[in-house]
Amino acid sequence: MIGPRLWLLQRATALVMAPFVLVHLGLIIVAVQGGLDAGEILARTQGSWGWALFYVAFVLAVAIHAAIGLRVVIAETLRPRRWVLDLTAWVILVVLAVLGLRAVYAVVA
Amino acid sequence: MNGKLEIKIWRGRASDGAFSAYEVPEQAHQTVLDVVTYVQRRVDATLAYRFACRVGMCGSCAMTVNGVPRWTCRTDVKTVAHKGRLVIEPLRNLPVVKDLVTDMAPFFDKWQAAEGRLHPTADRGTEVATIDPATPDRKAADAGVECINCAVCYSACDVVTWNPDYLGPAALNRAWTLQNDERDGGKAERLRAVTRDGGCQSCHSHQSCTEHCPVGLSPTASIAGLKRMAARAAFGRGPR
Amino acid sequence: MIRAPRKTALWYAAMIHRISGVALALFLPLHFLVLGLAIEGEAALDGFLIWAELPIVKIAEFGLVFLLAVHLFGGLRVMALEFLPWSPRQKTYAAAAVGASFMAGVGFLLSAAS
Repeated sequence: MIGPRLWLLQRATALVMAPFVLVHLGLIIVAVQGGLDAGEILARTQGSWGWALFYVAFVLAVAIHAAIGLRVVIAETLRPRRWVLDLTAWVILVVLAVLGLRAVYAVVA
Repeated sequence: MNGKLEIKIWRGRASDGAFSAYEVPEQAHQTVLDVVTYVQRRVDATLAYRFACRVGMCGSCAMTVNGVPRWTCRTDVKTVAHKGRLVIEPLRNLPVVKDLVTDMAPFFDKWQAAEGRLHPTADRGTEVATIDPATPDRKAADAGVECINCAVCYSACDVVTWNPDYLGPAALNRAWTLQNDERDGGKAERLRAVTRDGGCQSCHSHQSCTEHCPVGLSPTASIAGLKRMAARAAFGRGPR
Repeated sequence: MIRAPRKTALWYAAMIHRISGVALALFLPLHFLVLGLAIEGEAALDGFLIWAELPIVKIAEFGLVFLLAVHLFGGLRVMALEFLPWSPRQKTYAAAAVGASFMAGVGFLLSAAS
């Protein structure tokens, strides 16, 4: 159900995201001090090309990673037919990518 | 303890079988194989089961004892019985022929599908190969070469249960030993065989195989080695 | 789901990794939708973030931080197992991953409380 290419892509996106997640976790711990405030969050991200690139890369990597990961879990627990499995994985990829890129736009624009 | 063991043994096939209860006299030293043999010889001659060497060398007597796959000839009743009770079933993940006997064909089919056999490069005229046991490749092969195909690891593996295509720990372990064998000429073909659907990349490293192997092998380590080979091949540095 | 005969530390590590991954994948669309509120302006996002002050939400956020950290460190453990030379200390790495994740979660709680 998972060929070597998807398996390798899963690991590659994981490696790419490892530093992203560490930055993101650090950011959460900093941002949550004194309570979460939209103004404070947006002041950091709005108009910033750096954060835009960071989060676009993060969103695309996580969409691929989550779609492949869920594909394996669904394949092993529900054992659907091949085309159902492939379609589901693509849908997950597209939904996460679209919602994610929209969210990046929301905080960066 | 009243000197009797309460044994439940699976009778029949997987789809329409059931447990039958038996009483077996308790003894000071007794293996689970002794218990099954007692039932077949003294209580119910229709019980079907496999064994051969009785001394932990052949792997034929592997069964599921209180939920755990093990060699019954090497399992002392006292170490596994809860209050004198035992539940004995055939190995998991294999079709049941009758009672405690499973059809090992799928296990061996996957062995072949993983190219678990040497592709020789020598003929009668060639000098006998001098294999240095200290090379890293030979050490890697030797670490996995003692497998006697008992299917305990195959039964312990969850991915075998979840994924019908998965080749399984034993077949992949054997493939790894051959990928490290300098006499073998089929490495590229074998790598393709173990990276198809159900290949090494399906392993989730639960290490149930390693935990249960009666010979102390680590198929997880072997499969990780195959994964590394597959990754290198993806970047153009595969075996020739 | 049929389970393994003898559940070891590494089997649990694999399950935690799987469950955390699925939980995070289910959480992500909600996360993206909340952040997307900023399209309607700061006030829209603030309106939601007020809920984040509730203690139960803080506990949920601790859970999310823990899940993310455990999935990250567990994933690094898996990749070390697959790509680095084999080490017999697999259980130690699994334990270390959980420990580091818990500390990340605690770091979050301490931060949130200040």
